[in-house]
Amino acid sequence: MTRFPANDSSASARRRWRPDQQWEGYLFLLPSFLGFFVFVVLAVLMSLGISFSVWGLTGFRQWAGLLNYQQLMRDPVFWQAFWNTAFYIVTLVPLQLALGLTMAVGLNQAIRGVLFYRLVYFMPVVTTIVAGAIVFRLLLSTQGAVNVLLATASGFFEVPFSAPNWLGSSQFSKVSVVLLTLWKNTGFTMVVYLAALQGVPRELYDAAHADGASSWQRFRHVTLPLISPTTFFLFIFQMIGAFQLFTEPFVMTEGGPANSSLAVVQYIYLTAFRDIRMDKAAAMAWVLFVFIFAFTLLQNRLQKRWVYYESE
Amino acid sequence: MSAASSGGRARPSLPARIGLHTLLLLFSTLMLAPFGVMLLVSLVPLPAFLARDFSPAHYSLQNYARTFAAVPFGLYYANSTLVAVSVTVLQILISSLAAFAFARLRFRGRDLIFLFYLATLMIPFPVTLIPNFLIVKGLGWYDSYLALIVPGLFSVFSTFLLRQYYRGIPIDFDEAARMDGASSLRIWGQIIVPLSGPVLATLSIFVFQGAWNDFLWPLVVTTSEQVRTIPLGLASFVGQYSTAWDMLMAGSVIALLPVLLIYLVGQKWFVQGIALSGMGGR
Repeated sequence: MTRFPANDSSASARRRWRPDQQWEGYLFLLPSFLGFFVFVVLAVLMSLGISFSVWGLTGFRQWAGLLNYQQLMRDPVFWQAFWNTAFYIVTLVPLQLALGLTMAVGLNQAIRGVLFYRLVYFMPVVTTIVAGAIVFRLLLSTQGAVNVLLATASGFFEVPFSAPNWLGSSQFSKVSVVLLTLWKNTGFTMVVYLAALQGVPRELYDAAHADGASSWQRFRHVTLPLISPTTFFLFIFQMIGAFQLFTEPFVMTEGGPANSSLAVVQYIYLTAFRDIRMDKAAAMAWVLFVFIFAFTLLQNRLQKRWVYYESE
Repeated sequence: MSAASSGGRARPSLPARIGLHTLLLLFSTLMLAPFGVMLLVSLVPLPAFLARDFSPAHYSLQNYARTFAAVPFGLYYANSTLVAVSVTVLQILISSLAAFAFARLRFRGRDLIFLFYLATLMIPFPVTLIPNFLIVKGLGWYDSYLALIVPGLFSVFSTFLLRQYYRGIPIDFDEAARMDGASSLRIWGQIIVPLSGPVLATLSIFVFQGAWNDFLWPLVVTTSEQVRTIPLGLASFVGQYSTAWDMLMAGSVIALLPVLLIYLVGQKWFVQGIALSGMGGR
């Protein structure tokens, strides 16, 4: 067997495919590709088909064109879920990034207890969100610890205070979901930022220091640009995550009261499995996809203005 | 990690350190408080809790006994363990084989298929949720372990991550082994996999954690108690005992304990896994 000509090591020859690895390649790929084909490729095609048809309890009935999409656009609950989700995105993404970065910068100092802090901040990330939602329901109940603390604080500072109904009012239900999600996810952002901060070369700080830059200037003009690729990644990641928020409102507020905290994915779930309208739910999933895709594309365009890549 | 982070760096001044610790402790309190409340309420009887009397004299494990009697958490544990372990082991095995093909073998269409894989990374979970439910139902797997496990075995993300790692291993290793007559399977099993220990450990933790905490998919494809996992079991418990805070908190502690213990032991791997996923996204 002369599989490998000893002198054949030029780059172009290495890149070419090998007849003897042809079938092997496919065999190694087979289990993965089978699953990929069924649960991703086929699923995407089915989903698209369902969204353009009338799909009843027994399955396909007839093609329906844009009917499901039209119904969706006229559905006030969908729009409510849409704006709720928009609220989640514009609050969660900046807050998670700002808090996570603050924590990471704090942990990137030469102080004691870094391991302890990191352990604690990351704890909520590994917990089951359902348990988090249960305890937040208690903390945020009308007589709960949060209101007791707020009342005490307002008494101390002598400002008038009326206890918010965190979970039971349309005004505050979304805020409650945001609080739970922040608690759960900020540790994730912190860890990714910390890894990025540790990759910033010390010489750059020393050089900036020698040039007389203050610590804020060093942060603003050395650290922030150097970790901007990570900020970009986290921005996209958390945005996509916020678009797909489900368990937090599902368990903590059940989307209520009066759909005031209902998220789009939650409405997809309810439409498909409570109302048994798979067709409309599939259409909603595609609308969500288009939004996620468009926003990611937009951010990708905008990144040239603020993301700094060291070597390209 | 901490040694590297503080290596050679100047220590902040004393006032700066005090300010920093105050801030970091404030964050710690906010992060820990929900756990603390959970544990505290789980230890006192309901009447004492309602009277806001948390004196240690009341502490007992009574709530835990009642919760265990009311809810089959043992069964939920077993189900979650079975599902999470199967998904982790098999997903990584399947992804590793595919990643090996993408990174180390040369065959026609390889790059095109890989591009196709990557393109689907953008597709959000809700898009495939409904068809996958229909597929699983059509296969007769509804409300079974197969429904919980099989769709979780194929991950473009894991494949991508492993492929990136495998590409970093010098190709000369493969070529030398092939000269000695080793098959591709052997190169995969005896060279590539042993060399990727750290990435496999972090990826395992990452996948395990995701499978253990998954909520939406089990909610959609199961209904009976026999196959219920921990998060679902806890959620249905909330449905039944919405204001029995003593039992709810005990149940939450019971549900969290194993994964928190694993986290405390394997902290390093968890954190690296997340940092790794951040790198993968670049």
